[in-house]
Amino acid sequence: MDFTFNEDQLALRDSVGRFLMVEAAPEKLREIWQTDAGRSPALRAKIAEQGLTALSVPQEHGGLGFGDVDWSLMTQELGYFAIPDSLADTAYISAAFLTALPEGHALRNEWLPRIADGSCRIAIGHPVNPWVGDVQMADLVLLPADTPDGLSWHALGPEQVSVEVLPSIDASRRLSNVRWTPGAATCIAEGACARALADETLDRATVNTAGQLVGLAQRMLDLSVDYAAQRKQFGKPIGSFQAVKHHLADVVTKIEFAKPVLYRAAWAVAHEHPQRAVRASHAKLVAAEAAWTAARKAIQVHGAMGYTWEVDLQMFMKRAWVLDAAWGDRAFHKARMAQALLSDGAPLGPGATF
Amino acid sequence: MDLTYTPAQQAFRVEVREWLRTHVPRESLASYDTREGFEQHKRWEAHLADAGWSSVTWPRELGGRGCDLIEWLIFEEEYWAADAPMRVNQNGILLLGPTLMEFGTPEQKARFLPGTARCDLMWAQGWSEPNAGSDMAAITSRAIRDGDHYVLNGQKTWSTRAVFANWLFGLFRSDPQSSRHNGLTYLMVPLDAPGITIRPIQALNGKQAFAEIFFDEVRVPVANRLGGEGEGWNVAMATAGFERGLLLRSPARYQRTAQKLVQLYQRHRASANRDPSIREAVLRAWMGAEAYTLASYHTVCRVQQGARIGAEASTNKIFWSELDLEMHETAMRILGPRAELRDDPEVHDWLEGFLFAQAGSIYAGSNEIQRNIIAERLLGLPKS
Repeated sequence: MDFTFNEDQLALRDSVGRFLMVEAAPEKLREIWQTDAGRSPALRAKIAEQGLTALSVPQEHGGLGFGDVDWSLMTQELGYFAIPDSLADTAYISAAFLTALPEGHALRNEWLPRIADGSCRIAIGHPVNPWVGDVQMADLVLLPADTPDGLSWHALGPEQVSVEVLPSIDASRRLSNVRWTPGAATCIAEGACARALADETLDRATVNTAGQLVGLAQRMLDLSVDYAAQRKQFGKPIGSFQAVKHHLADVVTKIEFAKPVLYRAAWAVAHEHPQRAVRASHAKLVAAEAAWTAARKAIQVHGAMGYTWEVDLQMFMKRAWVLDAAWGDRAFHKARMAQALLSDGAPLGPGATF
Repeated sequence: MDLTYTPAQQAFRVEVREWLRTHVPRESLASYDTREGFEQHKRWEAHLADAGWSSVTWPRELGGRGCDLIEWLIFEEEYWAADAPMRVNQNGILLLGPTLMEFGTPEQKARFLPGTARCDLMWAQGWSEPNAGSDMAAITSRAIRDGDHYVLNGQKTWSTRAVFANWLFGLFRSDPQSSRHNGLTYLMVPLDAPGITIRPIQALNGKQAFAEIFFDEVRVPVANRLGGEGEGWNVAMATAGFERGLLLRSPARYQRTAQKLVQLYQRHRASANRDPSIREAVLRAWMGAEAYTLASYHTVCRVQQGARIGAEASTNKIFWSELDLEMHETAMRILGPRAELRDDPEVHDWLEGFLFAQAGSIYAGSNEIQRNIIAERLLGLPKS
């Protein structure tokens, strides 16, 4: 039993954090998000230089072969710095999806090395999501088709899909309604294999979203602490008032008790634990609660400044608000947990934690 | 990260489980807040001690089992899963014991620890006073040095089970000129000393769950002082840290409660589902108990690698006390009109637990104090 990260994992997390603090500062992100594409090839190239796009790719395809547990630290950094969906969707979710295809599958050999070197973007859909993110700039689009014959997965080039853009309140998002036609030529997985891919991808993406929500909560807390220490009323920093302190202490507690849940879920995904789905849903629910609480308390502490476009808090609040319903809304995850836990013989109680 | 138990840890779990299976009394004991129940629980503790289970994290030579903290978590999981009796001497085993090991002289350790492990010494706490609650540094009870004794005068209150205990540890002002956290001294006091009067306070459940203690010219040998004269605050803070931190409320307690809540819900699903928020509350109970357990494992593993628990212990205290309240409120809502029937066998434990849960956000440092600690020490916000 060792429920900690090793020094290498923590050092990588710290170095990624330092890199993003400089390269993905809020003013830079605002500029990028104002463009139609909303993405910066230059920033992606720098991120690839740091090795971030290669994390999940197996070593034989030019990657680092890291797993979900490493990513549970990394996704918190992505959330903390409000890095748009495309990076994790490509380098984490799609990389793992392609790696799960049978050995020697043409798609693996073609795309995994390109993910590793940062020269592609991949968009991935899922039956649980009504829209698909980041399709416009994608070099490859992975989409499920739910037909009477069952679920199948398809790989499409940008020329094989047409998109209707759906602007989001979160300026970082690039959502679209995708029109396309499944066919034998596009199909990459069917039957039980396709179902397993969908399930595994859902749980992984759920944990990915949870990690980002925890990171977002931490960022909103940090912004609020800075603001409360500087802003003075009645001749004192507002952070010296107990009502303000208690708002922020509540956020600390939510974050502290969301993190270990996130880490167990990441481990469950990495090790195909029988309780993987429940653990992933649990992580997403507590992370969303932490992030929404952080947003609510942060805007209160910021006062009217928090309601402005100008103050950066809005960037993080909006991401927290929209990620709550991404990869399964709360109703979906609660229903999944209720089904598993409130049935007879569910593994509950002391000793059933791992 | 490796979230599997080692073969040795698995074997330890089996050993604990087997022992409990053959030794836990079939009939549940009377409440330890009654004289009869207190004596029953004391006998159970002696039984645990004889088999080396009463204080598993203590070193073997002091009556413990030398377990590490992962083994402690495993022990607690098995203990709560077996519905074994409540632990009546937690004050001694979890609070005083570790403090004695850190601050005690070799003579004090030899004198007090084995008896505490065996529960011959049953400890009450002496912190709060009528005018020193959340503001503990406002203590005025005095311990004035007179040769090789201290002479105690004053009053302590909210001392859990002090009516039945035979010893007390607590803080007294040894320097009458001092104020706040200076000039306080940590003393261990036999409760049968002349000049001590103990007056029970009836708690919400009608039982003598705590007491006020009056000191009138009580003479306590200097040898009963833990740490230096005037250094009591730091010694006490170590105890408060243990209490709020890991040990006082083991996660298995809440996992067991959450499990029973799920079972209660399953037995009354049709009537409970008339209020759709109940199902969600049951789920939240499980999620909270799991989160608390995971946070404990995470902390324990970090501590075993050399980390110190600091102000983050305050988040623990807030979390378990609020979780306990939510779980018992949910049980009350499931039980509906029956919830007030104190003798109903299905109701009894939930009702007692519900009443006790009301105290959780108040004792061991009120949750408001904990939030101040988090804001000031973890977030670095200025003092008011």
